[in-house]
Amino acid sequence: MKTEISFILNGLEVDVTVDGHLRLIDVLRNMMSLTGTKEGCGKGECGACTVIVDGRAVNSCLYPANEIEGKSVTTIEGLQMPEHKLSKIQQAFVDHGGIQCGFCTPGMIMSAKALLDSNPNPSDKEIREALQGNLCRCTGYVQIVEAVKRAARQLKSKQ
Amino acid sequence: MKNFRYIGKETSRPDAPDKAAGKAHYIHDLQRPGMLYGKIKFSDHPHARIKHIDTSKAERLSGVRAVITANNSPEVRFGFLRDNFALKKDKVRQYRDELAAVAAIDPDIAEEAIELIKVEYEPLPGLFSPHEAMKKGSPLIHETDSQGRPRTDNLVPLQYHHESGNLSAGKRAAKYMAQGEFSTPRVQQCCMGTAGCLAEFDMNSNLTIWAKTQIPFLAQRDFNRALSDMGLNDKNTRVIVPALGGGFGTGLDTHAYEYIAILLAFQTGRPVKIVYTRDEEFAYFSPRQSSTTKITQGCGQDGKLTFREVEVVQDNGAYTSWGATYPSVMMMPATSLYRVPSVYFNAQLVYTNNTYCQAMRGYGNPEHTWALESNMDELAGEAGIDPYDFRMINCNKPKETTPMGLKVSTCGLKECLQTVAKKLDWKKKSKKGKCRGKGMASLIHVGGGGRIYRSDASGLILKLDDFGNVNAYHGGVEMGQGLHSVLTLGIAEALGVRPEKVFINPLDTSTCPWDVGTHASRGAFMACNTAILAANKLRDRIFELSEELFPQEVEKNLEKFIKKNPGYKPPDFDFIKAAKRERFDLKDGSIFIKDAPREPWLSLDLGRLLRAIHFRTQGQMLATEVFYDPPNELPDFAKGFGNISSTYAYGTQGAEVEVDTETGEVKILRMVAAHDVGKVLNPPALKGQIYGALAQGIGYALYEELQSEKGKILNPNFRDYKIPTAQEMDFPVDLEFIETNDSFGPFGAKGVAEPGLVPTAPAIANAIYDAIGIRIRDLPITQEKILAALKKLKEAND
Repeated sequence: MKTEISFILNGLEVDVTVDGHLRLIDVLRNMMSLTGTKEGCGKGECGACTVIVDGRAVNSCLYPANEIEGKSVTTIEGLQMPEHKLSKIQQAFVDHGGIQCGFCTPGMIMSAKALLDSNPNPSDKEIREALQGNLCRCTGYVQIVEAVKRAARQLKSKQ
Repeated sequence: MKNFRYIGKETSRPDAPDKAAGKAHYIHDLQRPGMLYGKIKFSDHPHARIKHIDTSKAERLSGVRAVITANNSPEVRFGFLRDNFALKKDKVRQYRDELAAVAAIDPDIAEEAIELIKVEYEPLPGLFSPHEAMKKGSPLIHETDSQGRPRTDNLVPLQYHHESGNLSAGKRAAKYMAQGEFSTPRVQQCCMGTAGCLAEFDMNSNLTIWAKTQIPFLAQRDFNRALSDMGLNDKNTRVIVPALGGGFGTGLDTHAYEYIAILLAFQTGRPVKIVYTRDEEFAYFSPRQSSTTKITQGCGQDGKLTFREVEVVQDNGAYTSWGATYPSVMMMPATSLYRVPSVYFNAQLVYTNNTYCQAMRGYGNPEHTWALESNMDELAGEAGIDPYDFRMINCNKPKETTPMGLKVSTCGLKECLQTVAKKLDWKKKSKKGKCRGKGMASLIHVGGGGRIYRSDASGLILKLDDFGNVNAYHGGVEMGQGLHSVLTLGIAEALGVRPEKVFINPLDTSTCPWDVGTHASRGAFMACNTAILAANKLRDRIFELSEELFPQEVEKNLEKFIKKNPGYKPPDFDFIKAAKRERFDLKDGSIFIKDAPREPWLSLDLGRLLRAIHFRTQGQMLATEVFYDPPNELPDFAKGFGNISSTYAYGTQGAEVEVDTETGEVKILRMVAAHDVGKVLNPPALKGQIYGALAQGIGYALYEELQSEKGKILNPNFRDYKIPTAQEMDFPVDLEFIETNDSFGPFGAKGVAEPGLVPTAPAIANAIYDAIGIRIRDLPITQEKILAALKKLKEAND
C-alpha cells in the first residue's frame, strides 16, 4: 500500500510516496540518494545505518518509512557545515584517528551527535554506552572514544 | 637518526574527511545506468548429488532478466587449486554451494525469484571433522582433481613440511618437556561493508568489474581466465576498486559471486550488481580456517629450548582458497619465534563438507602462535622458570638466520619483552584473592613483504602537473588500514613536497602499475619503498633540468625583486655557476641551491619550475614509473626453507585479567602491546592498526566462533556472533613502538598490519592460567569452558 508522507530531512521539508514495506533507510538511500547512511546488517545489530529522528539515534534499517510522517530526520549529510566544512564532531573523528575503512563512521558519528546533544559532558563510560550499538571492526574504538571526548570539549568551549 | 619533515608526525588521513561526511563510495553505493541486481540460490544440503534444478517459475516472474545454472551457462572454474566452480553441476559439497542465480530489475524481485527455484537432491554422507575425513575409506568429497584424475582420499594436495637440526638429539637434551594440543575455531572477518561487486561488459566484450578485492591484478588474471572459459578469448578485464568497508583477508581470493555477476552481466548485456546481506556474508562467505595444533617443546636445565615438534591439521572445508596456504606462514613462528636448534613441522589440510575457508588477518600466524606461546608457558612451568625470564633466555637476536632460513636484519623482540614486563609490573604478583593474573606472548611476522607468489613486487607512477601537484597511481589497496595516508607522507617526504599536494588516484588496473596484492602486512612497506625510488628518479630529473632553467627563472625573480625594493643589493653569489644538479634541493615544494644565501628570490616554487620545463620549445611534462621487488625468496614450502620476507616484525603483548570463578567471566583489566615497527610512519594510523587488531585478537581469544552443525552455520548474525563493542573494549591499552630503523624498510619501517592480533589470545590465556591455574587449549575461551574446567579441577581436588 502506498502512503504519502511529509517529514523534515536535514532541515528541509520533503514529501515522498512510500510502499508499506519500505524502511527509512530505503527512503534515504534509494529515493533521496543520501548514501552516507550505510546498511551493515539490516537487523539493527550493527548501527551503521544510525540517523537521528527527533533528537534520538535510531537504526534506520528497522524504522518503517511510513512512521516518519511529521518527524525530523538528520543524516550524516545534514551535519555538513557551509563552505564544505565538517562539523566539530566529524572533524574530531578526522583529527584523532577515529576513522579507518569508514563504513561504520557515519552511523558512529550520528550516535555520538545524539549523545552530545543530550549530554554535553559525557564520561568515558557514557560514551562507550552510547556507542555500544555501533560496531566497528577496524579501530578497537580507542580513538573513536577519544574523538568524542575531544568533540565534547570543543563544543563546550564554543558555548 | 634522520630528521623527517612529515614521517612520524601526527597527520590525519587524506581519506578521512570524505568518510566522515558519508561521501566515500563503497560497492553498496555504486549505480550504473540499466543496472540489474543479482541474487544467488545456495544449496540446501552439505553434501548431495544434484538431480534437477527447476528454474521455470523464476524465469516467468515479471522483472527477471536472466536465470542461470551450470546447465545453461559456461563452466567457470576457479580457486587456488581450481577445484571450485562458479555454479555447481553434479554435486554440492557445502551448504553455501551456488546452484543458480538471477538478475532482476530490483533486489526484491531477485529475492522472490530465488525462492521460486526448486532443486532436487540425492543426499550423500557428510564429513564435518577433518580427523574423520582423513580416515581411509571415508566418502570422497572430490572424486577427481581439477585435471580430472581420480582422487583416493580427502587430503588437500599441498605440502608444508620442515625439519631442521637433530630432533632426537634435541629430545635427548631436553630436561623438561611440555606437550599440548591446541585448537582454533572458524571466525568471520566481519568487514562492516559486506562483500559485493558490479560487473559490466562493453560492446567489445571487455569486462569492467568494481570489486571488493585486495588483489586487483591477480583478480584481473583470474577474471580474464573466466572470460576465456566463457569463449571470450583475448578479452580483458578492468578491475576498479572503490572504497572498501574493510578487508582483513577477504579480498585475497576471487569469489563465486564475482564470476556469477560476470556471467549474468554477459547474459543480459547489462551491468549486474551483487551485494551480500549480512546473513549471506556469515553463512555463504569464507571465514578463517579452523585448525588443530599438536606441539611439543623441550628445554635444558638452563631453560634454553632444545627442540620443537609441531603437527597441524587444518579443516579446509569443501574447496581450496589462497587461505589454504596458512601453513606457509605457520612455519615461520614454528621455526623462528625464539631460538630453537631443532624443529619438526608438518601440516595437513583436509577437505570436509564445512564451509570453505579463506584468508584472515595474520594468515595462520594467530593459530600457530596461540599453540606455541601457550605451550611456552607450560614448558616454563615444567622447568620452574618465570615465563618472562624463559622468553628472554630464548629471545631472538638481530642478524641471526633462523632454522627456516629467515635472515633477520633488525630484531626488537628483547626490547618488546622488556617493555611489556616493565609496564605490566611483571614481577609484582597480581592481587591475590581476586583471581587476577598476568600473561604475555610474543610474535614474529613478515615485515618486509611476503613472497608467496612468483613476484612480490609493487609499482608506482608519479605524474607531476603544471601546478606542482603530484598524482600517484599505485596498485596497493586502501581498505581502511591507512595505506593512502602513509603513501602520501612517503611521497611528500621523499620528493620534498607538502602532503596536500599529493593525490592518490583511484585503484584501477588500467591505470595503475601492477602489485601482487595488499596482504602479508606489505602495503606500507611496499608503497613507501616505491615512493622513495620514484621520488629519487624525479628529483634527479628535476635537478638536471634545473641547471638550465633555475638560473633563468631566478634572474626574472631578481629583476622583479629589485623593482619592488629599489636599492637592494643582492649578495655576492653566482647562482648561474652554482646551478649544478648535485647542489639543488627540493623541500616543501620549493627548489633552491643548498649552500645559497636565504634570499626570497633565490628559490622557486616547484609548479613554477615545472611550467618552465613544460611551456617552451620541446617542452616536457615530468612523470616517472618504478617497480620495486623486495630482496626476499619464494620458500620451498615442502622443505620449509626460504627467506620469505626481507625483514621481520616482532612484538609482545601482555594482559592482566580477572576471572570470576562463579560465572567464568574473564575481565580484561589492562593490556600492554609493544611492537617492533621499524619506524613509526604516521602515529595515529599506526595506533589504529594495533588497537583494531588487538580488538580482533580479544574477540578471537574470548568469544568469536562461527558455530556450525553438520556444515550449517548456526549464528549468521551479530546477535549470535559477538564481536567486541565499545563496551567490551573498556580497559586501558598501553602501546609502545620500538623503532629498530630497519635498513630494508622505507624510512626504517616494517609492516605492522597483522601483528597486533597475533599474540593476543595466548597472552590472555596465559593470564587466565596465572589467575586461576586453568589452561584452556581450545579457542575461544568462553565462560562455559572456564566453568567446566573449574568444576573438573574441583572434582580432581576433592
